[in-house]
Parts: sequence; C-alpha cells; structure tokens
Amino acid sequence: MSIIKLTPEEQATKLEAVLSKYKGQGQKALMSTLQQAQEIYGYLPLPVQRKVADALDVSVANVYGVISFYSFFSLKPKGEYAFNVCLGTACYVKGSQALLDKIEESLGIKSGDVTEDTKFSISSCRCVGACGLAPVLLVNDDVYGRLTPDEIPAIIAKYKEEANV
Amino acid sequence: MSNYRAHVLVCCGTGCTSSNSHIIMENFSKFVAEKGLEKEIDVVKTGCFGLCAEGPIVVIYPEGTMYYRCTPEDVEEIVNEHLVKGRKVERLLKTGNPDSNPTDFYSKQMRIALRNCGRINPDKIEEYIAHDGYQALCKILSTKRDPAEIISEIKESGLRGRGGGGFPTGMKWDFAAKVQNDTKYVCCNADEGDPGAFMDRSILEGDPHTIIEAMTIAGYCIGAHQGYVYVRAEYPIAVERLSAAIDQAREHGFIGQNIFNSGFDFDLDIRLGAGAFVCGEETALMRSIEGKRGNPTPRPPFPAVKGLFGKPTILNNVETYANIPVILNKGAKWFASVGTEKSKGTKVFALGGKVNNVGLLEIPMGTTVREIVFDIGGGIPDGKKFKAVQTGGPSGGCIPASLLDTAIDYDNLVAVGSMMGSGGMIVMDEDTCMVDIAKFFLEFTVDESCGKCAPCRIGTKRMYEILTRITDGTGTLDDLQALEDVAVSLKNGSLCALGQTAANPILSTMKHFRDEYVEHVVDKKCRCGVCKDLLQYSIIKDSCIGCGMCSKVCPADAITRTDYIAPGKKLAAFEIDPSKCVKCGACMETCKFKAIVKK
Repeated sequence: MSIIKLTPEEQATKLEAVLSKYKGQGQKALMSTLQQAQEIYGYLPLPVQRKVADALDVSVANVYGVISFYSFFSLKPKGEYAFNVCLGTACYVKGSQALLDKIEESLGIKSGDVTEDTKFSISSCRCVGACGLAPVLLVNDDVYGRLTPDEIPAIIAKYKEEANV
Repeated sequence: MSNYRAHVLVCCGTGCTSSNSHIIMENFSKFVAEKGLEKEIDVVKTGCFGLCAEGPIVVIYPEGTMYYRCTPEDVEEIVNEHLVKGRKVERLLKTGNPDSNPTDFYSKQMRIALRNCGRINPDKIEEYIAHDGYQALCKILSTKRDPAEIISEIKESGLRGRGGGGFPTGMKWDFAAKVQNDTKYVCCNADEGDPGAFMDRSILEGDPHTIIEAMTIAGYCIGAHQGYVYVRAEYPIAVERLSAAIDQAREHGFIGQNIFNSGFDFDLDIRLGAGAFVCGEETALMRSIEGKRGNPTPRPPFPAVKGLFGKPTILNNVETYANIPVILNKGAKWFASVGTEKSKGTKVFALGGKVNNVGLLEIPMGTTVREIVFDIGGGIPDGKKFKAVQTGGPSGGCIPASLLDTAIDYDNLVAVGSMMGSGGMIVMDEDTCMVDIAKFFLEFTVDESCGKCAPCRIGTKRMYEILTRITDGTGTLDDLQALEDVAVSLKNGSLCALGQTAANPILSTMKHFRDEYVEHVVDKKCRCGVCKDLLQYSIIKDSCIGCGMCSKVCPADAITRTDYIAPGKKLAAFEIDPSKCVKCGACMETCKFKAIVKK
C-alpha cells in the first residue's frame, strides 16, 4: 500500500465523507470504515479512532480492540518508502530472512520501525502470493523477486537517491 | 462479433503482474494497433496459467505457442515476428530454468476448479457464459428444480470441503436447508491465510463468475437471499475482479431480484479481511464479517444452525464453490469417477519452495506426492537432494522422502501426520533445517493465536520458547519430551482448529526427523547451517597458505598459527579456537583462498 499524500484538511474532508456514508450503522460497518480511514491517513491515530467510534456509535475501546486484533491496521505511520519482506513459507525456505536481516542492517532500524526522518520503514508480511518469484521484497508497490542479500544495497541506494537522503 | 485469426493471451494473475505483465498487455494492444491488426488479433487478459516460475507467460492461439519470462520490451518482436511474419521467437520458447519442463508440468494435471483460469478474460462475463457459465444456475432456476434433489446430487458427487477440513459439502448444505428460518446466509471463505498458498486467489482472479454462480445455487438450495465473500485485503487484484464480476452478474440479471423469472432473489457483497490468520476458521470469519474481533466461538451451535448475525449460515471455500457448476453440468457420477474411494474429484495445490516448476496445479485425488514433486514440479533445483514436502501450512506437517509414494487424499495425508489443508505445498531440500522450519511455523501461530483460550495462547508461546532454546544451542533432551507434552495439551484443550493443529509442524518433524532435533541438542550442530548460533567457523588447513590476514582481522583473538604446513605451502596454517570465536565472519570475508568455512 502506498501512502497517498494529502493535506490535513483534505484528509479531514475525506474522512467526513466516509463517516457520513456509514453513520449510525454500528459494529457491522466498523471494519469497512477503518479500512477506508487507513487508506486516507496511512495509519489509525487516536483522534481518527474517536471520530469513527462517534460516527458508528460504538465505544473507542471497541474500535481499538478491532484495530489491535488485525495486523492490516496500523497504529504507527509507515515510512514514505515502506520496505515489506515476504516471510511466507515459500519465500522463507528460499532465504527471505536473510533479506530482512540485510535491510535492517542497511537502514539501521528493526522490522516494524520507521527511520527518524520518516523516509523508510521496514515490515514483514505473510505471503503476497508471488511465490514464483520467491524470495520477494515489496517497496511500496514495486515488487522485487528472486533476490539475494547482495542486491539489497543497490535497491536501498536507489530509493535514497529518490528521497534525496 | 469479429472473427479473429489469432488470440494473444497474457497472464495477469498477481505473480505475473508483479513482473509487469500489465505493461506487456498494454504493449501488445499498442503494437497490434500500430500494425493495423486490431480486427485480426485479439489481445486477452487472463488469469493464471499455473507455471508461475516462468512468468510472465504469453500464449498465442490457435497454435498454442507459450512464451516464457516475457518482458515489455519483447512484445514488439513477438508482434513483428510471430503475428506478422508467422515465425516463432525461438529465444522465448525456452524456459528460464533449464531444468523446468512445461510439457511434464501440464500432462499429469486435470483441471476442474481451474478450468477457466488462463482460458478466459475474467473481466468479461460473455467469455464465462461461452464456457458453459451460468448454465447450471439457469437450468435450476428456470425449471425450479427441487433444492433437496440438488443437495442429494452434491452429496452423491462426494465433494468435500477444499479449505482443509474435508467435511462433505452436501451434508453441510443439507443441515442448513433443514433449519427453519426466514433469514439465512451463504458465505465464501476467500481468506487464504496459509503462507505460500494462492489457489483461491488464482480462481478469484481468473474465473470470478464461477464463485458467483455457485453461491447463488447454494442460496437457492438452503433458502438464503444474501451472500458474503470474505476476501483478504492483501489480494487487491482479486477483489477488483470479483467486484466487477458481481456488478456484471447483477446487470445481466444472474443475481439480484427474480433471477431467471423464478421469483428467487439473491445478492452478494464483498467483505474485506484485515490480515488475521484465525479468520480462516469459520466462526472467527463470521465474527469478522460482523465487524468484530475475529475470535472463534465454541461449536455447537454450528453455523448451519446459528452462524452469521445469529442466523443459519453455510460457509464454503472458494475452490469448493468452483467445483459446484461442473458437478451440476456434468453430473455427480462423472465427478465421483475421478479420485479415490473417499476423496472425489481433484485438488488444486500451490507448489513452491525448492522445486523447479513453482506454480499452481490441479491433480486428480490419488496422485502421489512423488508425481507432484518430480514429474509436475520437475524435481529439485541445483542438483540438491529432496528432503520433505510440507502440506497444510501452519496446521499441517512434513512428508519425508520415505513417504513420497503416498497417494494424495484427505485420509492418507492425515495418516502420515500431515493434512490436506487448503493446498499450500512447499518443497524442502537438504539445506532446509527441519527444526528451524518447525520454529518458523510456531512463530507464525504465536503471532496469529487470537489469545482467547489459554491452551493455544500459552501453549504455542511455550513451544516457541523451547524451539528457540534448541536452535540457539541451549536445549536439553528433556525439552524434546516437554514439546511432546505441551503438544498433547494444545491438541486436546484448544477451542478452535488453529490451536488444535498448531503442534502438527513440530510433531511431524519430530517423528520423521528426530535425529536433527537430537543433533541440535546433543552435538550442538545444525547440519544445514541454518541455525546461526550453532554454526562454527573453521580453517581447512590444506587450503591455508599461512598469510595470517584472518588472524589480523579477528576481533576476539581466536585465530592462532599451528605447526602444520600444508603440502606445497611455505607457511604454517592457522586454526580457530571455537570457544573464543564470536562468529562475526570477518575472517571468512578476508580470506582470499577460500580456506575458511562455516558449518
């Protein structure tokens, strides 16, 4: 998932539109509302959770409970360039753990974290379904397949150049 | 409709799209138009052809030429040579991997659930209709066939749930049909959580209408008017094609109100999952559709009695539904003639890992594991030795070389300590450490356990800790016994299948590869060189020229000179003291003579 760059005002307007669509529908609309809210913000900070809870007439605790249950929902913002290593079984037996280790080493952060300048983040996922290309790395929507750890520095350098770091 | 002299089929499944097949598609349209051939040549977007390792794949009919590993840059040449001059582009006829043989890949397969994948354009309802699509539904509704009769036909076919459990589909429908209630639901489980499995996704991407048709039939049989397809949010292409297909079906009157003038109403909605493996469990999936945390609930009551929103519900897997229209068109007897005594029909597998032909395949039940790995899969790459094949994902187990001739069906796989599962099949070679693989699956179940019941929440965590000890060299033989003890409690005490089966990867690897566990514990060795804490660096003295570079870079002063001078060398060789070595690897990087090894 790539991050859509919107101004805070645009984000608020978009969220309002989503909330008015589901207003008063209660629990059954919660997942869909959260999915669309995350598309707008890239993650789900507390103020957004409060607004969703108000609109659907459910408790904030309930909203937080659902967010923390599902790995797709994030409480932390992602980096501008989100590195996502597939740790599905097919990629794992072909050495994707070594890719993840190399990316962590090169960017100096751990999986699940964001660099201080918010340019890069690392995460892992369970199978993107491109098993024919194993091991696979995603950087936002770009797919890199059949990778070895030696190729990682060049990929990172490419994005650093793009990000002017 | 124009008559085309050639059809160019471009695979636009997720695997090939990741390698830019959508651009290949655009380029074909562009160059075909440039040559003014739009009326002669049809460029078609299709679902998965199956041989994902050699993607992106382009197939040109009428002759059926397959081009492998195409790039957007190759398209101009294919158009100029093949489509204009009639000469095949030889260099793209060969697969990228010399050991991969496409002829063998397809010859032992039988496609029922995947019948339309890679044959039709999933975005065009007309193409599905042209391949007998919506025929079964139309026949049933226009003749108002007795639902009980349809259910008994499904029962007679012997179809069992393809999501893993293997429960007879006809019986499931029968239970829900017999419960009296004005509101009932039909659900489709497309929350394919098993890592390394992509069967359901490929069906949704390649043939979405078959699911719509089958769910509508299911709705008619049990008396439901609303269906939900629960799809992983990680499958954007599948979601897009399925929602487009639902819209088209509605426009054509195949779902909606008064379908085929029968007075029967049925509609479908998509619900997106949000990345929770436990939501593949039926009660958890329904809680998730209701917008709640995906916690499983005890059964009974079974969903057929009290399911989604407290109403009678049937839930089947994508692949199960994909079989329904074929069974009704060709008859239960035909379907039952394929397969083994207790497992009828075919099964789709996603073959991955250390095997030449990675991809999607469908085989008649009763095919042996050996045929899949070595004939269809083309064997193991780089001349390595086969070690095991894993089926059933985090709930399944490993099948070792000695059981390669096991004929695949539900009961045989359980008998060898694995399970059918949803169809993930990962091949492992001699470099795969079985203890590490067990740990990999346990890490997954620890992550994915919903935490509701103690045996699963605590048991998976304790087993993961024990496995971590074994792989970092601090395990004891008592730990092996402890693993088995916890596994039993987990199996007997867990609320849902996630916990009940979570120990399977450990139990099956301990059963078939116990020597590897013992080696980790007693000899502190990992023969595959995977468990880093057990690796030891050593110097091959006969290759060492005695330059001493390694000793200079060693931060721990672990490398010293010996008295031994290798034949043909001038200086005495060095050695590493394992008790001092910090395993940084600096020596190995420095040595220009490949005299330092890690094992």
